[in-house]
Amino acid sequence: MRDTARLDDHGGIWPVVLAHVDFAAARKRLIDGVSLTLEPGPVTCIMGPNGAGKSLLLRIIAGLIRPGAGRVSYGGAAEPGKNRIALVFQRPVLLRRSVAANLDHALQTYGVPRAERRGRIADLLALGQLETLAARPARVLSGGEQQRLAMVRALAARPELLLLDEPCASLDPQATAAIEALVREAAAEGVKVALVTHDRDQARRLAEEIVFLHRGRIAEHAPAGQFFDAPRSAEAQAYLAGRLLI
Amino acid sequence: MQDFQAAFGEAFALILSADAGLLEIIALSLRVTLSAVAIACLIGLPLGAVLAVGRFPGRMVATVLVNALMGLPPVVVGLGLYLMLSAAGPFGVLQLLYTPTAMIIAQVILVTPIIAALTRQVIEDLHGEYDELLRVLGTSRAGTVATLLWDARYSLLTAALAGLGRALAEVGAVIIVGGNINHVTRMMTTAIALETSKGDLALALGLGVILISLSVIVSAGLMGLRATAARMAYA
Repeated sequence: MRDTARLDDHGGIWPVVLAHVDFAAARKRLIDGVSLTLEPGPVTCIMGPNGAGKSLLLRIIAGLIRPGAGRVSYGGAAEPGKNRIALVFQRPVLLRRSVAANLDHALQTYGVPRAERRGRIADLLALGQLETLAARPARVLSGGEQQRLAMVRALAARPELLLLDEPCASLDPQATAAIEALVREAAAEGVKVALVTHDRDQARRLAEEIVFLHRGRIAEHAPAGQFFDAPRSAEAQAYLAGRLLI
Repeated sequence: MQDFQAAFGEAFALILSADAGLLEIIALSLRVTLSAVAIACLIGLPLGAVLAVGRFPGRMVATVLVNALMGLPPVVVGLGLYLMLSAAGPFGVLQLLYTPTAMIIAQVILVTPIIAALTRQVIEDLHGEYDELLRVLGTSRAGTVATLLWDARYSLLTAALAGLGRALAEVGAVIIVGGNINHVTRMMTTAIALETSKGDLALALGLGVILISLSVIVSAGLMGLRATAARMAYA
């Protein structure tokens, strides 16, 4: 993270624009006419009740799922380009290899020459406080350690946009604090972070803007302070009041 | 019953004395079988992985075909290969009939579909788990296949083991294309068939004991390796 030069600097992805995006499955519209523009800078939290379409929206932004209708563009282009967007999943997907080998695989995929990889791996291990675990099989790590590894692996690409899908779900407070520290450090280095979370306190700690989804639609998109202090939409008011949103 | 016991006694005496004829047959069996499984792995592992990961026209047909070929009757393979390699066949000029090479080719034909089909299943399951990660990382199709094969390596031992089992036990195809010629193409299975028909139960039983022991040792070794890998969370 100290060296913020990107691996492949050709054009930018900003703004990331979703225009009238729909997605349906089994005749149910899961994303319904979402229009959203992501700009570099503030940490964006995507919030909403279960089934609102948060994780799906994140995958559409990442380019993993193509919308049924509407358009997603990255700096005017239809594709974001390699290594520009990184995604960390709620349950980290780690290769059946050691911690260091997981990072080596990612760096190799990103096109980092072999001679540079050893140094980069050491930096990433230090960033994730995983130095003593380098030789351990990744899948025997604790949940917090696995998620830290997934985070630094994502940051290894030096992405412009880091998408996090409930990265702290089922983590203890200490592990959550470590992940949030990584999020802040990435944001401070200029990486745009968009985070799905259920945790309102976490959203208050991290977010500068909130996108609130309900039934696949954006019910509210507002600065974090305004959203928490004076939500405008009835859905957000009900959600923040702890009422069940059906 | 007494004859049976005597045959067993003679069989163990042959094994313990490291009979030269017996060792020659065992050596050829291992050479043919291991060569065939190695070649079948080189073909079957990537083929299975491509069928699991690839999205191309005819993929379903190819998958059905590979699965169907798992049950290829060895004697039919032997007959087909015999026709290809015989003097009048298209490959007769190679003069491979009644050689260990012909036996290896026959076993490769029998074993490759087994390894490919089992590999496809293993890789498809792992691909379901890794797919989004590899796409987010921007992994190429070839890189995806390589990553999946490497990470499934301990699970794929089962596929190799199934292929080895088939090759070790196979008799129908190798007896047709090998001819069961003494000191040239006589393997454990073909020797067992011959010696039993001649009534020499001692050698047949001795070879049978060795064949089963080899199967058990190889299986135990591979399963032990896989269990160790699972404990280490690499499997």
